[in-house]
Amino acid sequence: MNDMSTLDKTVTNTTKISAKNVNVYYGESHAIKDVNVEIEDKTVTAFIGPSGCGKSTFLRCLNRMNDTIDVCRVSGEILLDGEDIYDKRVDPVQLRAKVGMVFQKPNPFPKSIYDNVAYGPRIHGLARNKAELDEIVEKSLRRGAIWDEVKDRLHAPGTGLSGGQQQRLCIARAVATEPEVLLMDEPCSALDPIATAQVEELIDELRASYSVVIVTHSMQQAARVSQKTAFFHLGNLVEFGNTGQIFTNPEDPRTESYITGRIG
Amino acid sequence: MPTFWLVILLCVIAAAGYVLGRQRALSSAGGDARALHSLPAYYGYNVGLSTLVPALGLLVVWLLAQPMLIENRVSGMIPAEAIPEGTTLGLVMSDVRRVAEGLDIAVAEGVLTSEQVRNMRSEFSDIRGRLGEVGVALGSDVRPEVFNAAQAYRSSSATGHTAMVIAVALVALVGLGLSYSKTNKDFRARNTVERAVMALLILAASLAILTTIGIVLSMLFETRNFFGLHSWTDFFFGGTWAPNFRGDSELSILPLLWGTLYISFIALLVAVPIGLFAAIYLSEYAGPAVRAFAKPLLEILAGIPTIVYGLFALLTVGPLLVRIFGQGENGVLGVEWMSGATSVLTAGVVMGIMLIPFVSSLSDDIINAVPQAMRDGSLGLGATKSETVRQVVLPAALPGIVGAILLAASRAIGETMIVVMGAGAIAKFSANPLESMTTITTRIVSQLTGDTDFASPETLVAFALGLTLFVLTLGLNVLALYIVRKYREQYD
Repeated sequence: MNDMSTLDKTVTNTTKISAKNVNVYYGESHAIKDVNVEIEDKTVTAFIGPSGCGKSTFLRCLNRMNDTIDVCRVSGEILLDGEDIYDKRVDPVQLRAKVGMVFQKPNPFPKSIYDNVAYGPRIHGLARNKAELDEIVEKSLRRGAIWDEVKDRLHAPGTGLSGGQQQRLCIARAVATEPEVLLMDEPCSALDPIATAQVEELIDELRASYSVVIVTHSMQQAARVSQKTAFFHLGNLVEFGNTGQIFTNPEDPRTESYITGRIG
Repeated sequence: MPTFWLVILLCVIAAAGYVLGRQRALSSAGGDARALHSLPAYYGYNVGLSTLVPALGLLVVWLLAQPMLIENRVSGMIPAEAIPEGTTLGLVMSDVRRVAEGLDIAVAEGVLTSEQVRNMRSEFSDIRGRLGEVGVALGSDVRPEVFNAAQAYRSSSATGHTAMVIAVALVALVGLGLSYSKTNKDFRARNTVERAVMALLILAASLAILTTIGIVLSMLFETRNFFGLHSWTDFFFGGTWAPNFRGDSELSILPLLWGTLYISFIALLVAVPIGLFAAIYLSEYAGPAVRAFAKPLLEILAGIPTIVYGLFALLTVGPLLVRIFGQGENGVLGVEWMSGATSVLTAGVVMGIMLIPFVSSLSDDIINAVPQAMRDGSLGLGATKSETVRQVVLPAALPGIVGAILLAASRAIGETMIVVMGAGAIAKFSANPLESMTTITTRIVSQLTGDTDFASPETLVAFALGLTLFVLTLGLNVLALYIVRKYREQYD
């Protein structure tokens, strides 16, 4: 921290989440095997790999969504800003406000667009009055790149939007609670190419403020939006590194096979 | 030949038809079943069914039509002046039938020979005494015209029966012959049998529907009779329910409707919160082990007969409420608000308990139908479980839950045993839940039990009450199903 340029550099490379020896079991089956990964702040990290390789499971460990599944067991250490999120003193509900999540299928609540976005701020008491709440909703919808499309019908039901709009609404909803990390579980798999392009553009903008982790089946998408890529295979983290390097010069033969389409 | 043996005979012919048809089909293919269009058994079924079904159909129609035709013919034989003062043709005809049956029995038991019967003259022989010997009691001596009519009735019945046996057997044989002659290896027996199966299923479905229509129609006709005897303005807009048998009854539905709705309201007040909370616990909080154990246990409540709930109301809940709200100084609260065990509250609370599994099991299904993605979305934003349930799951499930509550309400309105035993019998308008009151269903029971005269408005009012109740619950059910169905479409 001696001059501005080094400060910039250290900030962009701060580790946000660090996972050490994480193992996940669903009942008898061993879904994640000894995964170690460092996720950086203000970076888009992509998890790629064939179906059933554990990338979504690992993603759901990062905000303890797996707690809602009875048979799921997690061991190892996941540190968020140096604090173990699986520590007994950590309230998973509070954690999820800090680590937001966007799901595969757009899942707006059966409420108005406004209430969808205001949901998080309301339950966490982020706004002192209606004016502040209005402000948060507008800011979040702008961040979700959907404000212009919905500003005239904030009180129409969120379920009436198109698929791509619904997904951007869900992103806006997740952003509204001011998270530090945004987890996205195949956010574009239910969208058409135009909506996908809009969401990808949005992800790139979100990188300025958050650490984004995205699970994707599309390698082109991973290459387009991410700076870091992790390749999972059969529950193992095979390779983790800069996206450019993974896609052009992978170290592990399995990564190369997957990227070139020989396995998957 | 008695009808029973005729049916047996038909079955035997049909069975023979099965064997014959099967053999003919096989032999037409040269004994090689693979050359047949259908499996050999289908040819057998086809012949058997073609034998049995038209014959049985004719038998049923004949059995229904013959008494009507004979009745018509014989009643023409009775001159108008032969009908005594104060009776009707119908009563005379029932005498005729009785004498005719008596003679049949007498012949069957060997007291009289058919020869004797044919030559009998009511003027000379003591028919009443002779029939009394075989156990057929007649109210008065048999008058000549009645006896002649009975003789005619007997002979037409006998002729008709013989004709029926011959016709039915003929139809069976013709069916057998026709279908047998059609049987060869290219005949599509399988398709024919398929059509017969479909006809059977249609028959079953239409029987169920026709029965319902019949019940509704009979209620409609009796209700019309009632409104012929009693003014409809008193029934719908009067304020008093006071039946008596002096002919000046006040029969208004309003006090009964008030009691019904009040008790149902209390029942829903008990059942809806408890049932809904139980459903939320079971579907959102309970682990699989608790759920597997608690859900069937809760549904056992639904299997308890309502009469047992009635006993529970009368013997447990009623006295308990009296101990709390009554008995003056000796009571729990030291007040004297309640005197008897039967009250609106007693019936309402017990009915509420009965409805708990109904509400909880329907709501449970509806809550489970809310997509997991909704819950994930809410939990992923850092909401707790109860916040998720309150703000996301319940609003999404609300239309379905409203439907479930309406279904429960229509059950509460139609419930009988619990209110008969727990609610009391006094029809009045009162807002005090500790007083006894009565409902539409209990009044239907009390108007129709005991000695009743089916021509008096006091009895016929039961049909009008029943029809009103039916319209009420049908309306609620239709509304509930409409709401539930509309909701279902949201997520499919």
